[in-house]
Amino acid sequence: MPGVTHEELAISVSGLRKSYADNVAVAGVDLAVPRGEVFALLGPNGAGKTTTVEILEGFRARDSGTVSVLGTDPAKADRDWRRRVGIVLQGTGEFDELKVHEVVRHFARFYPNPADPDEVIERVGLSEKANSRTHTLSGGQKRRLDVALGIVNQPEVLFLDEPTTGFDPAARREFWDLIRALSHTGTTILLTTHYLDEAEALADRVGVIARGTMIAVSTPAELGGRHLATATVSWRDDNGTHAEDTDRPTEVVQRLAASFGGEVPELTVTRPTLEDVYLKMIGENGQERA
Amino acid sequence: MSAQTAAQETARPAARRAGGGGGLSLALAQGGIEFKQFVRTRESLVFTLLFPVMLMLIFGSIFGSVVITPPGENPAVTLSQYFVTGMIASGIMATGFQNLAITIPIERDRGVLKRYRGTPMPKWVFFAGKILCVAALAFISVVMLLAVAVAFYDLRLPDTGQKWFTFGWVSVLGLIACTLCGIAFSGVAKTGRAGPAVVTPIALILQFTSGVFFEYDDLPPWMQQFAALFPLKWMCQGLRSVFLPESFASQEVAGSYELGKVALVLAAWCVGGLVLCLVGFRWTSKREG
Repeated sequence: MPGVTHEELAISVSGLRKSYADNVAVAGVDLAVPRGEVFALLGPNGAGKTTTVEILEGFRARDSGTVSVLGTDPAKADRDWRRRVGIVLQGTGEFDELKVHEVVRHFARFYPNPADPDEVIERVGLSEKANSRTHTLSGGQKRRLDVALGIVNQPEVLFLDEPTTGFDPAARREFWDLIRALSHTGTTILLTTHYLDEAEALADRVGVIARGTMIAVSTPAELGGRHLATATVSWRDDNGTHAEDTDRPTEVVQRLAASFGGEVPELTVTRPTLEDVYLKMIGENGQERA
Repeated sequence: MSAQTAAQETARPAARRAGGGGGLSLALAQGGIEFKQFVRTRESLVFTLLFPVMLMLIFGSIFGSVVITPPGENPAVTLSQYFVTGMIASGIMATGFQNLAITIPIERDRGVLKRYRGTPMPKWVFFAGKILCVAALAFISVVMLLAVAVAFYDLRLPDTGQKWFTFGWVSVLGLIACTLCGIAFSGVAKTGRAGPAVVTPIALILQFTSGVFFEYDDLPPWMQQFAALFPLKWMCQGLRSVFLPESFASQEVAGSYELGKVALVLAAWCVGGLVLCLVGFRWTSKREG
C-alpha cells in the first residue's frame, strides 16, 4: 500500500514460505493490510489460503519470511496478543450440549475487556436461540455462534476462514451485514472465501493466491483490469438476439437507441464479472480448480 | 483509519469483570463447563459412570457368595467383595483414563482444542478444567459404586480413620495417575473415531490382569508381573486393604497389602504421566495441510 506507514498496517507479510514434506504450500506471499480494511483472500482449495491464515493466527510455524500482525510476530504470540485478535476457524468444533449464552459467556471470561455477551449474541442475530443448546442450531446459526466467539473480545483484527460456506442466500446476506457492521467499528478483517460475490460485497481489496503465491492484489472492481475490459452490449430485434463487444459501449447504445427510435429490446451492457476474471486468472496460473 | 481505531477504543465498555478472571476462577469456570457438558451428554454418562455400576451388578451376581478365603477362616471374604473392590478402582480408571483418552481426541478432531488455543486462556487452565471435572465425576462414580457394593455385596465401609485415610490417598493418587495418563494417551489416537478402539482394549486387559475380574494371586506369574507395571493393580491392592479384613493380607502375593509400595508406584505414575503429558499432548490433529 503506497503512502501507508508500517504502524498503520494491521497485517504485514513478506516472503512467506511454508512447505509440508515435499509439498510447497506457500511459496513467497507478500501482503499488507492497513488497519480498518476488509481484505479478502481468494484462491482455489490447496492454493495456500488456509496455511497463510493459520500462520497469521499463530497456529502454524513458517519456514521463512517475516510476518507481523498488530506489530507482533504471531509465531511468538503471547496472551496479550491473543486478547486483541479474533479468530473464526474453518469448520470449528462445537459445544453441542451447552446453550448459546453459556458458550459466549464462558469465552468472554478469557478476556479482560469483553463485550457484553448478551449484546454479542444480539449482534450475531442469535438472541432467540440464546437459551438453546448449540446442537439444535442450523448450520448458519452455528457459524454465527463461531463469529460471536471470535468477536466477544472486541478484536482489533478478525480472521474469518470461509465464514459462509453452506449458507443459504438469505443467511449469507444477513451475515454480510454483520461483517459490514464490524468493519464500521474499525475492526480489520481478513476473510478467505470461495464466493466471489462475497468478496465483491465485503472487501475493500482482494488478493488472489494460486500455487502458494499471490498473483494479484486489487480492489474487486479493478481486479485483473476488469474495469478496463471490453464490454458486451446485447439486444434483440426481429432477427433474434445480438451481441457486440466494444470499448465504447455508450456509443453503441446511442446508435441502437437512435435506430430503434427509443427503447432497445432486452438491452444489457455487461463487463466480465469478478468470477470471470478470477477463473481466467487462476486458469492461466495452471491451478487445478477444486 | 486512526479515527476509526479511536472510535473503537471509546466503544469498549469498561472492564465488566475484574481482570477477565484470575487463573483460579477461570480454572473453576472451565471445570464447570466441562462438567456441564459431560453430564448433559448421555453417551458419556452411560459409558463412564453407569457402565462400571452395571458391570458390578452383573459380575457381582455371577460371583454371588463364593468364598475365597480358606475354609474355616474368619472373617470370610467372598469373591464378590473382592470384585467390587476392584470395580471401585476400575471406576476411578474409567473416569480418569478411558474418559479423557477417548474424549480429548474427539475434541481435537472437532477443533475445540484449537479454538481454546486461539484465546488467551492459559494452557494449564484447560488441563485444570479437565482434572476438576474428572475429580467430580470420580467422586460421583465412587459413591455410586460404594452404595451398590454396600447394599448388595456385603462390602463394609471403613471402620477406622486410618482406613478412610488410606481410601482417600489411594483414590486420589490413583485418579491423578489415571487422569494424567488419559491426557497423555489422548495423543495416541490419530482420530476421534479411533479413540475407543485404542483405549478400551487396554482398559480391559488391565482389568483382567490386575485383579478386578479374577483374583490377582491366582493369575500366572508373568501376568502378575505385567500388571504390576501399571497403576490399576496397585489401586486394587490399596483398596483391598481398606475394604477387606486385615487377615486377608495373607492371600496377597507378597503376604501383605504393601501400602508403601502402592504409594510409591502410584506416585511414580503421577510423575511419569505428567512427563508424558508434556511430551505427547497435541492441540491440533495431524492431517491439515
